[in-house]
Amino acid sequence: MSVSQFNLPDVGEGLTEAEIVSWKVQPGDQVKVNDVVVEIETAKSLVELPCPFAGVVESLLVDEGATVPVGTPIISVRTGSGAPAGGSPDATAESPTTAESPADAAAATAAESTTDPGGPAADLVPPPESTDDDAPAENGRQPVLVGYGPRTSSLKRRTRKSPTAPGVPETPSNGTPTTPAVAPGPAGSAPATTPGERPRVLAKPPVRKLAKDLGVDITTVAPTGQGGVVTRDDIHAAAKAREDGARPQTEAQAGDLGWQGLPREERIAIRSVRRKTAEAMVRSAFTAPHVTEFLTVDVTRTMKLAERLRGTREFRDVKLTPLAFVARAICIAVPRTPEVNARWDDDAGEIVLQRYVNLGIAAATPRGLVVPNIKDAQMLSLREIASAIGELAATAREGKTPPGDMMGGTFSITNVGVFGVDTGTPILNPGEAAILAFGTVRQQPWVHKGRVKPRWVTTLGLSFDHRLVDGEQGSRFLADVGALLEDPGNAIAWS
Amino acid sequence: MTVDTAATSTGDPAAREPELVQLLTPEGQRVPHEYYDTLIEDITAEDIRGLYRDLVLSRRIDSEAVALQRQGELGLWASMLGQEAAQVGSGRALRPQDHAFPTYREHAVAWCRGVEATQLLGLFRGVDQGSWDPRENNFHLYTIVIGAQTLHATGYAMGVQRDGAIGTGDPERDTAVIAYFGDGATSQGDVNEAFIWASVNNAPVVFFCQNNQWAISEPLERQTRVPLYRRAHGFGFPGLRVDGNDVLACLAVSREALQRARDGEGPSLIEAFTYRMGAHTTTDDPTRYRLAADLEHWRLKDPIERVKAYLVRGDLVDQQFFDDLDAESEELAGNLRTACRALPDPEPTSIFEHVYVEPPPTLLAQRDEMAQYLDSFAEQEGPR
Repeated sequence: MSVSQFNLPDVGEGLTEAEIVSWKVQPGDQVKVNDVVVEIETAKSLVELPCPFAGVVESLLVDEGATVPVGTPIISVRTGSGAPAGGSPDATAESPTTAESPADAAAATAAESTTDPGGPAADLVPPPESTDDDAPAENGRQPVLVGYGPRTSSLKRRTRKSPTAPGVPETPSNGTPTTPAVAPGPAGSAPATTPGERPRVLAKPPVRKLAKDLGVDITTVAPTGQGGVVTRDDIHAAAKAREDGARPQTEAQAGDLGWQGLPREERIAIRSVRRKTAEAMVRSAFTAPHVTEFLTVDVTRTMKLAERLRGTREFRDVKLTPLAFVARAICIAVPRTPEVNARWDDDAGEIVLQRYVNLGIAAATPRGLVVPNIKDAQMLSLREIASAIGELAATAREGKTPPGDMMGGTFSITNVGVFGVDTGTPILNPGEAAILAFGTVRQQPWVHKGRVKPRWVTTLGLSFDHRLVDGEQGSRFLADVGALLEDPGNAIAWS
Repeated sequence: MTVDTAATSTGDPAAREPELVQLLTPEGQRVPHEYYDTLIEDITAEDIRGLYRDLVLSRRIDSEAVALQRQGELGLWASMLGQEAAQVGSGRALRPQDHAFPTYREHAVAWCRGVEATQLLGLFRGVDQGSWDPRENNFHLYTIVIGAQTLHATGYAMGVQRDGAIGTGDPERDTAVIAYFGDGATSQGDVNEAFIWASVNNAPVVFFCQNNQWAISEPLERQTRVPLYRRAHGFGFPGLRVDGNDVLACLAVSREALQRARDGEGPSLIEAFTYRMGAHTTTDDPTRYRLAADLEHWRLKDPIERVKAYLVRGDLVDQQFFDDLDAESEELAGNLRTACRALPDPEPTSIFEHVYVEPPPTLLAQRDEMAQYLDSFAEQEGPR
């Protein structure tokens, strides 16, 4: 009986990492060879991974949602005939990987891959009780662009034969390995130094730079690498120790305010959607000069109309939200101010007026912000638009928005109202001339027919690209949308 | 003036409904054919069971290789799922002296030619450049460059012609060459050049195109406006379309075309109409560019199911046959897994081999220098 670990493979020619999307098995489950155990998402696709061993799942080493480098052990399976059907609790308690949180274990093993597997760093992570030859320490590889990554064992220089007999063929039996100039010292033994002299530190240049960057005096760091070399981990450990030393007071003060037990700083990898959002926003903010205008409107009539329509047969099956009215109002108002639905074609030196509205709806999804758009929204009735918004949002939340749905948008709405805020200064979806922020709709005191009354009020915020749209057009469009929401009857007058 | 591009492809009635040679329907019904039936007269129930076994075992090799890639044992794999019949049908039509020039997806042809599946894995594991000896089974090395092998095959066929190994009437001697390629390759210059050379030289070569409808993510309509088999007429040799998921039809038409070549009647083109059920390679995600509905449509035309239906309906097999085949399949897969993991890493000096018949002295000197350098290390242990 032994425990085998499955290291995250490169499933797509040169990928360096993948996200664990969902586990299909749980510890204690019986698995056969090629049973699908996990679904991962790479930069290229969603992929199901078949298990290379048969046995009982011992533990899942990486949490769902975590992105880990190729080569990281992700699951351990108790293989062989002696595998207990349910997983012996005694054995699992002793297993180091289950003693820690899965993410910690994975990180520890991944970190280990950069150090000498036989070195003292391994002491930090006690070796598993019993592992086969594929133990992660031997097999943990670094991610590289192509292939499976270099083997850790080859990171140390191979020993040369005795210099007295260079190139002389020797039979393996008398080819005694000779000690190199610097003997691989025991754990943590730094080379002896003469007092008064600045101690000689063995470290690679990048490690020295790291120490400098983190403000760590490298001469004070206890080396753990083979031959007394200061490793990257040593520097991090020293930096952390220094920080921990400075912290206890703050921790005590934090007390029960919900800060306890959390790391002082947490680093989150910038991944796909987050990165794309960032790039799009920076591109937009520094290409299109933004102007934002606000308008507070009384939308009581629209709310009442919505209430009435919800009771009708036609709208029985759709979720009619105020957002649908805003979407419809935009489609009606656009022909009166086509500039807000235009595109700046820098290469051609032209402004392209688009006689169609591909209406983007910003959607917050578990994976981040996406802006799918409703194609030719100007052709849709209120009912159709309401149902299109519903579908769009549902698809986006499931993370299944096809790329085509996110391209070719002409105008976007960001419905910040669902978060209970009044308005914002939205940043344009790149390539579009305007974006409307739709604030929360709530009852406020409002002067209506000469008297202060509680009315349903909202705030609209319109950002537009000043290259295409001047204050005049932007203001007119915003006022038009406002007027349509204030009195939906205007829709009949205008369209 | 407007040009109706669609009209050019539908103006000819033949273009709308291409004739398809089919001897076994997707439901496993045998369709009689006046001519092609005569080409497979000799096929017995035992032979059909053998073809079924070829289909099942080659598919198992393929699916096991996909799993091995997903487990990090292979860098890449190009699945042939769905194309088994086209490959087995043509592969079994070959005689021992015939030569096959594959792409990188002809795993079932390799199986028919007797190439060990493990040897295919070496290439995809990155431990060798294709390690089988093409002379052993007359199955040439996988060609990664799209369409290049059609020129190699044509050149080889012209060599066969010059050896006088065609049209002698000796079934042991007359030799045909078969070149495999896909629908995407038909847009390559190499393939068109091969067609021209084969045609004007009357080379004994069969161009076997597995039209699996997709060139990675490019659909067939981006490759051609006429059915691919009709291209042959323009080059001056016959072409036909066969149901690529019908192993009997593929066997029959391949036998015909190969015999034409052996008899000195020149080249022909076979378009085996099939579907790539899997991804282009393990690196590809076809859900991004094609509909699940298409896949379902083709699933009903599965090349293995129809033979199974035919065998069962005709009472040509018993349950024992299927059970034995399952067991054989499992054993094959298990052996393949073990063998894959045991594939040795190449020796550093192997890079000096296989290029020159008589290596030049400078290369030999470099090789020796390399060997000496490697020998200067005290140990060479460590997990490989």
